[in-house]
Amino acid sequence: MLDLAEKYLRKDALPTIFCPGCGDGQILNATIKAIDDLKIRKNIASVSGIGCSGWIPVYLDMDVLHSIHGRAVAAAEGLKLSSPDKKILVFTGDGDCVGIGGNHFIHAARRNIDLTVIMVNNFIYGMTGGQKAPTTPLKAITKTSPYGNSERAFDASRLAITAGATYVARWATIYPNKLEAAIKKGIEHEGFSFIEVLSQCPVQTGKYIMNETNPWNMMNWFKENTEIKNNIGEKNSEKIRLGEFINEEEEEFSTQLAEVRRKFNENSN
Amino acid sequence: MKIAIDERYCTGCGICIEVCPKNIFKDSYMRSQQGYLMPEIKNEKNCIECNLCEKLCPEMCINVVSEEVSQV
Repeated sequence: MLDLAEKYLRKDALPTIFCPGCGDGQILNATIKAIDDLKIRKNIASVSGIGCSGWIPVYLDMDVLHSIHGRAVAAAEGLKLSSPDKKILVFTGDGDCVGIGGNHFIHAARRNIDLTVIMVNNFIYGMTGGQKAPTTPLKAITKTSPYGNSERAFDASRLAITAGATYVARWATIYPNKLEAAIKKGIEHEGFSFIEVLSQCPVQTGKYIMNETNPWNMMNWFKENTEIKNNIGEKNSEKIRLGEFINEEEEEFSTQLAEVRRKFNENSN
Repeated sequence: MKIAIDERYCTGCGICIEVCPKNIFKDSYMRSQQGYLMPEIKNEKNCIECNLCEKLCPEMCINVVSEEVSQV
């Protein structure tokens, strides 16, 4: 087993529940590299939601909060405010984050609370068998859209930018070095960091939407149908934009709140 | 160069076989502990330590160990 994995993974929870070739495992791979490089093992905790992505941090040998569907960001906000000196990493899926969790997501971004949200986008509700999600493309075939999806899809990164996130990046599992660098930057960034990762789900997305179940071919599809630019560009562009879209410094929520608390204490003395 | 695939965790996804620039991994009939068909390692000495197999393995079960370079 990889040396870093020996160091960071919870051996008694292995083997993983990930299907062969699942992007979730590659994202976990990039995460342990990032945590090791930053040397913050003692100062970081993870929160996850429900779905296959919810299992990513469960294999990490550190404090992990596996919360309920859509509430990963909400639980993480609470955890951050109670432990403001810790860095909080949030693993969520496309359905978990912009579906049922949509409201928590937009307000956490608006508040610019110091979290690093990694949204694993497989364009489907994978764990439950392949139902269409808010990120499923128009006309795509899924278990609940056998004649084609009649809804347009969210661009989660664009939503994060509009809601006010101060670090937004999108990568895919075919770019492990870029992904690791983005996770490091997101963790170090003092503010709401949002990293969307296009990730292959060979069993559901592959079978139904892409008609391709080989994980390497799916990863290459992510390479061929994307372009790397440093801005998110126009809606409905031909290729999906990857890259670092926003990286700004603005007042962070938990430090603001601490300041309010300090003023209150001063006043009451 | 020592390349090892941990047979406890390999799920036979084949990504290492596709990604290696020196074609070190090959399909084989060996089975992992969970019953998946595992790759076998051929021509280990051709490895250039690009570490792509380590980075892209979804189960993190590949380890590439550098050999000490002799002074002679």
